[in-house]
Amino acid sequence: MFGYFLSRLGMFVPTFLGVTLISFMFIRVLPGDPIIVMAGERGMTEERYQEMVVKLGFDKPVLQQYWDYLVGVMHGDLGESFVTKKPVWDEFFALFPATLELSICAMIFAVALGLPAGVIAAVNRGKFFDRALMSSALVGYSMPIFWWALLLIIVFSGNLGWTPVSGRIDLLYYFPSVTGFMLIDSLLSGQEGAFTSAVRHLILPTIVLGTIPLAVIARQTRSAMLEVLGEDYIRTARAKGLAPTRINGLHALRNALIPVITVIGLSVGTLLAGAILTETIFSWPGIGKWMVDSIFRRDYPVVQGGLLMIAVIVMLVNLLVDVLYGIINPKIRRR
Amino acid sequence: MAELSATTPKTEDRPSALREFWFYFSENRGAVIGLYVFMAFVICAAFAPLLAPYDPTEQFRDHILQPPAWQEGGSWAFPLGTDPLGRDMLSRLIMGSRYSFFVGIVVVCVAVTGGVIIGLLSGFAPKWVDTLIMRVMDIILSFPSLLLALVLVAILGPSLTNAMIAIAIVFQPHYVRLTRASVLSERQKDYVTSARVAGAGKARLMFKTVLPNCLAPIIVQAALSFSTAILDAAALGFLGMGAQPPTPEWGTMLAEAREFILRAWWVVTFPGLAILVTVLAINLMGDGLRDALDPKLKRS
Repeated sequence: MFGYFLSRLGMFVPTFLGVTLISFMFIRVLPGDPIIVMAGERGMTEERYQEMVVKLGFDKPVLQQYWDYLVGVMHGDLGESFVTKKPVWDEFFALFPATLELSICAMIFAVALGLPAGVIAAVNRGKFFDRALMSSALVGYSMPIFWWALLLIIVFSGNLGWTPVSGRIDLLYYFPSVTGFMLIDSLLSGQEGAFTSAVRHLILPTIVLGTIPLAVIARQTRSAMLEVLGEDYIRTARAKGLAPTRINGLHALRNALIPVITVIGLSVGTLLAGAILTETIFSWPGIGKWMVDSIFRRDYPVVQGGLLMIAVIVMLVNLLVDVLYGIINPKIRRR
Repeated sequence: MAELSATTPKTEDRPSALREFWFYFSENRGAVIGLYVFMAFVICAAFAPLLAPYDPTEQFRDHILQPPAWQEGGSWAFPLGTDPLGRDMLSRLIMGSRYSFFVGIVVVCVAVTGGVIIGLLSGFAPKWVDTLIMRVMDIILSFPSLLLALVLVAILGPSLTNAMIAIAIVFQPHYVRLTRASVLSERQKDYVTSARVAGAGKARLMFKTVLPNCLAPIIVQAALSFSTAILDAAALGFLGMGAQPPTPEWGTMLAEAREFILRAWWVVTFPGLAILVTVLAINLMGDGLRDALDPKLKRS
């Protein structure tokens, strides 16, 4: 097990270096001089320009610059935003809880509906339920989520007036951020109605972000279940006269879960990509919206730092999934 | 395809490859429906200027935000209504199919060609080159595709062409991995050894001997990428990083219509519906292709 872990870690390090190299290159392949961009329309004097060149290290050899960048990254120094002048690292961690909260809710939504849907479809293979569920899953899988979000807004916010259109909580409520998670903070604040307001703000973004993972999980659960249901030990369980619910729920699902867990882990990239669209539409103050805004504002250090942080998160989660997979499934370790 | 297989002589003992393919493909009813919808989409894209009743950029100032024909206030002159600038929705949607089709074709061609060549090289190259290529692909795969495409567009500048380049780069690693995996398993087989013994060169081995036997999963993946490419291009257009207004690209149309969502449902509903139907049809077809071409991947 330890050897397997080390070999996975051995793959992680070069990939991490590659990712830092890409984010390092990003600011240097941009059209135009980043220092001029930073100065904006005001322009800057020749003296100040030279000062900035030295400050940003552009006068050093490229290898030296990369080394400095790498050392900075290891110390949590991702540079400063052109616009707010705050460290990118701090901004990232101030906004990350919002995205994390939304992603966790979306994942819970996807798993809570996707797993049962997949099991029901597999058990009723070829029958009406199977067809209806799998057709819906394919529609969900093909869904342009930015359009889906707009439709839900039209119906639930526009016509029915049930849910708010944007933000994380009503402006009526104000309380200090303790954990960064609005659901927890609103409960801690003890203000009446704050928690309900936070929940109502979460509903539509959760559905939108969870739709594609939901479809993927339902499809994956169905095919994993079908595979397991054909195994001998299931026939044995049936022959012993166990109740079908016990067979399906306990014997089959447990073994079908292994590929499903992998899919859930690998959905993190999809979730973060989906968060870009979802957060933009619902004005959700998370890192997805932050990235899009920064791209439009040409706030390059933010784009550079955000890109790196998101890639590292995806890599860490993949590493974790691989390690967990090795623990659950010993066959994998001896590949 | 149906006509083609029907004309094959019936006396033949072994069914032709195409006929066999059609037999398995047509077993999946959804796939056949998907194929018909996709053909309609292709025809729409091919003959768009003939099919569209008006020029997609022509503005009818007297008919701003006119609802669809069946709703009160609508007229059959504009069956699907008009947008905030008084342009005919139907014409814009029909012209939009061209952009989506173009995006799908270009992205798939570029990604498949590049990915297959790199994958073949990786499968045949010495170990260290292989490792290097696979690590580079891992690096690209660490970035969420839409984010990487967004950042690439930010570097290249927002336009449909740049969006296509970005999406193609993002899709490449999937083909590299797929091709390499098939090559590695095929390379061990006897027919490859016999070709090598017969004196086939590296290039011949790669492209003539091994590649045709690796194609099935690549074709299936290509069909699925076609739909993902359309989705991603529309998403980039929606974020203002793809095709620019007044191009009648479906994602861009949605972005333009956003502020009218509560006043005029049709300007938002139809472009999205067009994306959904196209993507769904292609995905249905992709499932059928997988069942027909690649029994190993069959989803039971």
